[in-house]
Amino acid sequence: MSDLTKLTITEARDGLAAKEFSAKELADSHIRAIDAGNEALNAYILPTPEKALAMAEASDQRIARGESGPLEGIPLGIKDLFCTKGVRTTACSQILDDFKPTYESTVTQNIWDAGAVLLGKLNNDEFAMGSSNESSAFGCCVNPWRRNGDETNLVPGGSSGGSASAVAANLCLGAVGTDTGGSIRQPAAFTGIVGLKPTYGRCSRWGIVAFASSLDQAGPLAKTVEDAALLLQVMASHDPKDTTSIDTPVPDYRKGLRNGIKGLKIGIPEEYRVDGMPEDIEDLWRKGIDWMKAAGAEIQEVSLPHTKYALPAYYIVAPAEASSNLARYDGVRYGQRIPGDDLLEMYENSRAEGFGAEVKRRILIGTYVLSAGYYDAYYQKAQKIRTLIKNDFTDAFEKVDLLLTPTTPAPAFGIGEVSGDPVQMYLNDVFTVTVNMAGLPGLSVPAGLSSEGTPLGLQLIAKPLDEETLLQAGYALEEAAGPLPVPENWWNK
Amino acid sequence: MQERVNPDKANLIAGATGDWEVVIGIEIHAQVTSKAKLFSGASTEFGGEPNSHVSLVDAAMPGMLPVINEECVAQAVRTGLGLKAKINLHSVFDRKNYFYPDLPQGYQISQYKHPIVGEGDVILDFKDGSTVTVGIERLHLEQDAGKSLHDQHPEHSFVDLNRSGVALMEIVSKPDLRSSEQAKAFISKLRTILRYLGTCDGNMEQGSMRADINVSVRKPRDDLGTRCEIKNMNSIRFIGQAIDYEARRQIDVIEDGGTIRQETRLFDTRTGETRAMRTKEEAHDYRYFPDPDLLPLEFTQDYVDALDADLPELPDAKKKRFVEDYELSAYDAGVLIASRAASDYFETVATGRDPKLASNWVTGDLFGALNKLGKEIGESPVSAESLGELVDLISDKTISGRIAKDVFDIMLETGEAPAKIVEKRGLKQVTDTGAIEKIVDEIIAANPDQVEQVKTKPKTLGWFVGQVMKATQGKANPQAVNDILREKLEVGEE
Repeated sequence: MSDLTKLTITEARDGLAAKEFSAKELADSHIRAIDAGNEALNAYILPTPEKALAMAEASDQRIARGESGPLEGIPLGIKDLFCTKGVRTTACSQILDDFKPTYESTVTQNIWDAGAVLLGKLNNDEFAMGSSNESSAFGCCVNPWRRNGDETNLVPGGSSGGSASAVAANLCLGAVGTDTGGSIRQPAAFTGIVGLKPTYGRCSRWGIVAFASSLDQAGPLAKTVEDAALLLQVMASHDPKDTTSIDTPVPDYRKGLRNGIKGLKIGIPEEYRVDGMPEDIEDLWRKGIDWMKAAGAEIQEVSLPHTKYALPAYYIVAPAEASSNLARYDGVRYGQRIPGDDLLEMYENSRAEGFGAEVKRRILIGTYVLSAGYYDAYYQKAQKIRTLIKNDFTDAFEKVDLLLTPTTPAPAFGIGEVSGDPVQMYLNDVFTVTVNMAGLPGLSVPAGLSSEGTPLGLQLIAKPLDEETLLQAGYALEEAAGPLPVPENWWNK
Repeated sequence: MQERVNPDKANLIAGATGDWEVVIGIEIHAQVTSKAKLFSGASTEFGGEPNSHVSLVDAAMPGMLPVINEECVAQAVRTGLGLKAKINLHSVFDRKNYFYPDLPQGYQISQYKHPIVGEGDVILDFKDGSTVTVGIERLHLEQDAGKSLHDQHPEHSFVDLNRSGVALMEIVSKPDLRSSEQAKAFISKLRTILRYLGTCDGNMEQGSMRADINVSVRKPRDDLGTRCEIKNMNSIRFIGQAIDYEARRQIDVIEDGGTIRQETRLFDTRTGETRAMRTKEEAHDYRYFPDPDLLPLEFTQDYVDALDADLPELPDAKKKRFVEDYELSAYDAGVLIASRAASDYFETVATGRDPKLASNWVTGDLFGALNKLGKEIGESPVSAESLGELVDLISDKTISGRIAKDVFDIMLETGEAPAKIVEKRGLKQVTDTGAIEKIVDEIIAANPDQVEQVKTKPKTLGWFVGQVMKATQGKANPQAVNDILREKLEVGEE
């Protein structure tokens, strides 16, 4: 039997249906891959092999009875931001200690209901705050890719770094992540995989540890666009428990996947040509434009004039919401409590010890921008900018169907290379935050390699709830880019 | 601008430097009558083991999201309509951020800049026939906090989250109140309105209605003085005491050359005094911002109109109707409408009968008896139907008003129907003039001295009336007795 971990979800579904292998064998080969590779990659912070095998056996029984769900027997990894019933959930923060939820997030419940198998919980930046996975309380996850002729460990991006690394290194067939400012798309680009952030409200936020409520959105990380479509199909739902979730039917995302992009109008936002962007990213973008043109799309320059204000506005709105969302981690009811002489000291000790530096920085920024006397100058103004950014997109989408941009302004960097400079780190999200600020769907597709031999991604952005067109164009882009090299396995024990 | 109006002299407080006026504004926290909490499905039942009515949302577990309880929204709109207030079709939930163990989220979901209900009015009626209109500034929905228990363990405090997330309406008055009497009347009236609407049970002792009282003093027609807020009052009587104490304290401070600091104060029910809790400088910065987990609350005018159409008759309308239809005095009508149950009781008694007689019996004898028994109208041993029958017996002259009081006492004790009591005890009024004449003759014959006296002192006729009534055990028709006595003793009409 060939290595089952190298399959796509689509291939694995076919293989399971044809009884070429069992769900248990599929799970088992992934468990072995995790055993061999996770020590070096640190993608899983909690592998759950026993649970995986039990779920796979149940899947095999359902397959035998002809009761397969759409993800029957598919082994997946879950970002540790999702509450999983009876399985430790920490958001990769010390403050949650060994918290075991008594409930299952809506998105993961949808996945289990479809027959998927849990391989374990995946590493991420603490509370999803970061672009490199370096802020995790469990240590940084490592990118399976390395620069040409260089053994420096690179970051997988963040915050869904563990998800991206695990998919890229074949430690799962697909993963579930969250994206608040680029946390799915940027690590997908850094690891050469597909990452999709759906329209805000398409997936329920219920049971996901909140970072910034108005921006957080769950989405898939996968090896192919078609796999991403399959995963989103199951993850998306209207949930009465999340009043910001959207009550419209979930379309069949695979139906039009191969319809091509002939006649689609694709906009190129001029403001995304930032100073100091590496030549290879510029080149890749140009290549992407040519591919789309060749596939029959109409290319058009568009303007998103308020783009330059997006990043600073994002770094006001997101920390503001986070400072309030994280107030519940106070040591009183669950998680880690560090005693003190009085209540205030207990709070201070618990939160000082429980939160890492980046989380503290954002709580401080968020508290500051909401304070009396600063609210109007910061939070209020950032909200106004957010409206302007939304309007920019609305205007652009009157002319075009999609936008094409690079996913990141640079390829993956080495662990520790940027972590001393928060602003430099925040610049990673410059092309992705705008999409969250406007609540739009965005897709990162691997499109080539940097001059250093590391992956680069291109980003497609669509109108609200138009994931169908987004995936359709993503598929065309993937086809045009052709098969990309895979990282050489250096991580197995 | 009520502030510039010449104040009512009766409300002024005498100080060493002249008269002072007290200015009062009130914030009421009224628990919304609903089965479930404002943003979770957990029960709102009072009592219960600690932490037995707590959902994952109430305990602020990671990843939990609030979902608005539509019944609580409807209750707030009904209340707004009952306060003749502007209903805002667009309102926003905000987070009020602060740390406390009984606040699991680390923030309270409230409404800050855009409340669900805007300005309205409450009209207060007083015994002397005067009225005062008190402006309502706003009404908004918010979550209640849990309860910290400090007396369960020597070193630790415990937290009970049963109340955490229960829906409250914060109703804020304008600073339109000018005496503790008015403040008490305002709270009573508001409570009556809420109870009529069925939007809050108004049980202050159980904490479902609490008040924060803002008090300041000034010389008449001056600008508003600095206010102090007396927090968490849950008794109308104590509210009156607290205001009187606080007004006097502020006057004394100012007259002694001091200044009032804006601060939060607590009323000590043992000493009857208020004391400082925290000053404004120590006040929190609550960092209000719109709750991103909740969409703004939007509804249509049709929705409001439908709720309006279903509202019960409210106290002011009922009072007007009682005065017009039953020809009651404003005061009697006011007493009757103070509770919905009492007014319903009255209407049952009054329907098809003499309303004045019905009103006298309900507000006089019945209320007096219930008061003595310490019972609410709902627990009355005499049903409205029975009291109605008693009124019938008086009206058709089966019994006299005096006998009726005895019958009523028996009804209170035994719960028996009045006709049965009259029948069984032979209390039927004697209107047979022949029988009365016979008794009168006997009394005249037996009391020659009194007969002599009544000729010069007609007022002593009453003595004869008493004797006849005594002989008939009160059953003789008093008018008939009078007529016969006057005729036989030759005493003219006065």
